[in-house]
Amino acid sequence: MADLSQAKPVVTRPVASAPPMAPRTPAAIAKEPMEVAFDISGFSLWYGANQALFDVGIQIPARAVTAIIGPSGCGKSTFLRALNRMHELTPGTRIAGRLRLFGEDLYAAAVDPAVVRRRVGMVFQKSNPFPTMSIAENVLVGLRLNGVNDRALLRQRLEESLRMAALWDEVKDILGRPGSSLSGGQQQRLCIARALAVQPEVLLMDEPCSALDPLATAKIEELINDLRASFTVIIVTHNMQQAARVSNRTAFFYLGRLVEYDETSTIFMNPSNPQTEAYVAGRFG
Amino acid sequence: MAAPSVSTSPHSAIRSTLPAGVRWPDISFRWLALLAAVTILVLIALVGWELYQGSRLAIGHFGPRFLVNSTWNPVTDEYGAWPFIFGTLVSSLIALVIAVPLGVATALYLTELAPVRLRQPVVMIVEMLAAVPSVIFGLWGIFVLIPWLRDHLFVWLKETLGFLPLFRGTIYGVSMLAAGIIVAIMILPIITSVSREILRSVPNLQREAAYALGATHWEVMRIAVLSYARRGLFGAAVLGLGRALGETMAVTMVIGNRPDISASLFAPGYTLASVIANEFTEATTDLYLSSLFELGLVLVAVTIVVNVVAQLMLRSLAGSGTGKVR
Repeated sequence: MADLSQAKPVVTRPVASAPPMAPRTPAAIAKEPMEVAFDISGFSLWYGANQALFDVGIQIPARAVTAIIGPSGCGKSTFLRALNRMHELTPGTRIAGRLRLFGEDLYAAAVDPAVVRRRVGMVFQKSNPFPTMSIAENVLVGLRLNGVNDRALLRQRLEESLRMAALWDEVKDILGRPGSSLSGGQQQRLCIARALAVQPEVLLMDEPCSALDPLATAKIEELINDLRASFTVIIVTHNMQQAARVSNRTAFFYLGRLVEYDETSTIFMNPSNPQTEAYVAGRFG
Repeated sequence: MAAPSVSTSPHSAIRSTLPAGVRWPDISFRWLALLAAVTILVLIALVGWELYQGSRLAIGHFGPRFLVNSTWNPVTDEYGAWPFIFGTLVSSLIALVIAVPLGVATALYLTELAPVRLRQPVVMIVEMLAAVPSVIFGLWGIFVLIPWLRDHLFVWLKETLGFLPLFRGTIYGVSMLAAGIIVAIMILPIITSVSREILRSVPNLQREAAYALGATHWEVMRIAVLSYARRGLFGAAVLGLGRALGETMAVTMVIGNRPDISASLFAPGYTLASVIANEFTEATTDLYLSSLFELGLVLVAVTIVVNVVAQLMLRSLAGSGTGKVR
């Protein structure tokens, strides 16, 4: 449990162009006791010479769903990828600031990014099952990477993960078929099962429904609702109704800055920042 | 830039019918393309027909026994293709065994690991290898590679792996293994550059899927890149094999040119392409010449059979797993 009162922002590089409006910390967030999963302060990120994130400070609660919204190019995907260091796959990136998961600095020199990603799983915009692997192998590949060979355990995790991803009933008789033989929505749930099988602490979702039809989207949203009890879920979405439906808290990003972060109901009903209000009302973005 | 229209109608800029002058390039291109395609088919048919015509005498004289007969004796006018088929297949196989791992590893390095600045220069050097004439490889083989193989590598192989029949017997230098190594060097560029294109076509999303599961570089290559690309890499190997089967000049210079069949890779051999190149000018009898023609026919057939078998293997590679938790 992180102690919020001691969470002093460590800005390793002064950001001269900081936004005029600092993200507010409403009384509601401060008073209710919550376990913080991600404790982030003064976090900036550069792609080469372009700065993509400016001095972001946010505390993301554990075992809850946090939505990240904002217009295209606002840095929300970049922010999500920084949470499990996936952005490092793009050459020439650089960060400053502090990012802690349950009190541990994920960017400490001794921390291997592969280890970070085992703790912080990710689901992508487009489903990406491994096409040469069967459905079962797709789910279990992460466990095998971790050296799990116990058959009983593998079989148990296979069923558990597919049940959590609400896919078990549809695939239990065709576990040997290639993962790519499933429909788009099923493939995306297969990818969720694959991410859940390694029992991550956090699940990041980057617009997981943007390529799916409304029925498949409803299934995934239902599933996100169920994951809330045991996982920390952070979802980037373009769909504001979706953010309103699935999330406990919502963060609004604009031009690489965190503009407002609050209870989802507050963001949508009673935002304090005029830019947030304009965005959720559909006046821009 | 569109000229201002004379008519005032808003639709006048769009022609309702195309004048003949606009359509003829379409029509003539269609016929030219068809002609080019047909020309290739005709050429293949002609080559096949000429080879058949030339080898009719030998086919009539020896029948199917020609393929399995191991005697090649111009003095008694008895000819058989088996030692040459054997030499062609074995030397090509050796080349593949050496060149495929090397080529795929180079391609992996170039697409996944090498610093961006280093990639283009290495690609250029590999492709320059393809521009070296075959006869140069042969000369280098005779004067540099073979003495080194004879005095060092072969001696070492015989000492450490001599319990295998493959590495027994007298070391001459010129040998099946030397030919395989030379051909491996020659097919390395095509295998590397095709593999590189294949690996580059693996979607980044596949790599990210593996990275997001906490895979290391090597694990990403294994589960996301190589398994996704395996069909294409197999295709690269088949392309290399096609080159290896027909390679003539350099092989002729280092293989020893003796129509023997030996289990030892140190023993000299002979290939279909080499014997045709070597003996065509000295074929004194009609049957001798006709037998060489038939060897050409056999070479074409071997190449086709190998490619068809490879295609069939490629298809079975697409099969799925069992779904059982092993």
